[in-house]
Amino acid sequence: MISLLFARIFKLTIFIMALTGAAQMPIFKRYYIADIPGLGWLADFYLTNKIHYVFGAVLLFMALYLLTIFILAGKKHFKLSSSGMLRATLYMAVIGTGSLRVVKNLHSVTFDPFTVMLIDWTHLGFAMLLGMAAMYAFLRGRKSYLEKGPGLGFMK
Amino acid sequence: MTDKKNGISRRNFLKGLGAASGAMLLPARDVAAAGNSDEELCTLLNLSKCIACGECVSACREVNEPKFPKPKKPYPEMHPKSRVKVEDWSERTDVDDRLTPYNWLYIQSTEVEYQGETHEVNIPRRCLHCRNAPCANLCPWGAAGKQKNGIVRINEDVCLGGAKCRTVCPWHIPQRQTGVGLYLRLMPGFAGNGVMYKCDLCYNRIDQGELPACIKACPEDVQTIGPRSEILKKAHVLAEKNNWFIYGEEENGGTNTIYLSPVPFELLNEAEVTGPGKPGLGSVEDSMADEEKLAYAVGVAPFAGIAAGVIKAGKFLAAATGGKDND
Repeated sequence: MISLLFARIFKLTIFIMALTGAAQMPIFKRYYIADIPGLGWLADFYLTNKIHYVFGAVLLFMALYLLTIFILAGKKHFKLSSSGMLRATLYMAVIGTGSLRVVKNLHSVTFDPFTVMLIDWTHLGFAMLLGMAAMYAFLRGRKSYLEKGPGLGFMK
Repeated sequence: MTDKKNGISRRNFLKGLGAASGAMLLPARDVAAAGNSDEELCTLLNLSKCIACGECVSACREVNEPKFPKPKKPYPEMHPKSRVKVEDWSERTDVDDRLTPYNWLYIQSTEVEYQGETHEVNIPRRCLHCRNAPCANLCPWGAAGKQKNGIVRINEDVCLGGAKCRTVCPWHIPQRQTGVGLYLRLMPGFAGNGVMYKCDLCYNRIDQGELPACIKACPEDVQTIGPRSEILKKAHVLAEKNNWFIYGEEENGGTNTIYLSPVPFELLNEAEVTGPGKPGLGSVEDSMADEEKLAYAVGVAPFAGIAAGVIKAGKFLAAATGGKDND
């Protein structure tokens, strides 16, 4: 469906998002991971948060790029596999709740504490579900997001 | 005095609540809640008045005692032991010369030379209730949050005691008590380490139309409370009139605690003994400023993605159509 370069950048983005997202929990210092030479930055909450923002922007760009192509041109030529549909839905949920987190961190915005907790928990929950779905797809050999069929070669 | 006449003394605050209640035929509680929704509450601490009598500290402890941690012992064994330390204040609940889970307000007392005079300055210290609080923004679990009335609170039922809030707070204000809270029911050995505690500005008293305990108990009227714009106005009038200095208006992007001092805060900060539980008074940049800028990139990215997708889809469709024509 997509070029190799695009796929690699997407995977790298997801890896960095998962890493910096996990680093928002105080675990890397606790479990000595930040003590490994070169990984000290993982214990810096502000730095990892900024990196999460930067790659969040990259992920949003890529996700909306794919979604737009899918809506405008893709439906006639391919359809998502059930595994792909599940992961795409979870991506949307993670991106949606992540965007709400960015909004709530703005100076001009104050959500009530319950809403904030709801956003934080759903973001974390959807991210964990996405990780599990990706792992399941990988282990079961269902890595493709698409059903086999005509039109799979477009965008290459 | 001018400040009492024009400002928001505790008497005026209560009088205002009472008058508004009568006018609207609503309980003071409802009026307070409604009034708080428009503008954030802010406190002004006139340090020239504080005599370090400690009434505010005692009142805070007395009123908030039901909120203090009641840890269960023995504490679960946590891993790795060398990195996860027990922070237990339950045997030292009488400590009142620093912030602890059982002491959310203490008084820093210091002497400084300024313009040839010796000034003894007493500074009640507690959470400053930042306007864009990093503890509330960066808590991964949503345990720390800011209410619309400006009060920053930690939900003791949800907090896991990871102490990230203390790390990201420019003044490292929240304090941890091990052996209490949600982590005991999750993975006590491997995640969490208790609950974080700090001043919540007596949110429950404010909800009921009452003043925070420290303000009510103060015999010297050191503190006043009210909408932030009015508090700032009053602070600037007093600062200009007396050549005083303001702290909290810009620090960390602005806090809802404004200190007024007859001597520069740089001098107080240099003279103060700071350390764990003893916050400084230094200059603090806005902790969330970079995130504010990066939010623009996050906001623009989806539109850029849509534009790029439209172009790509157009090219694909044109190529597909052209291909069919050729067939």
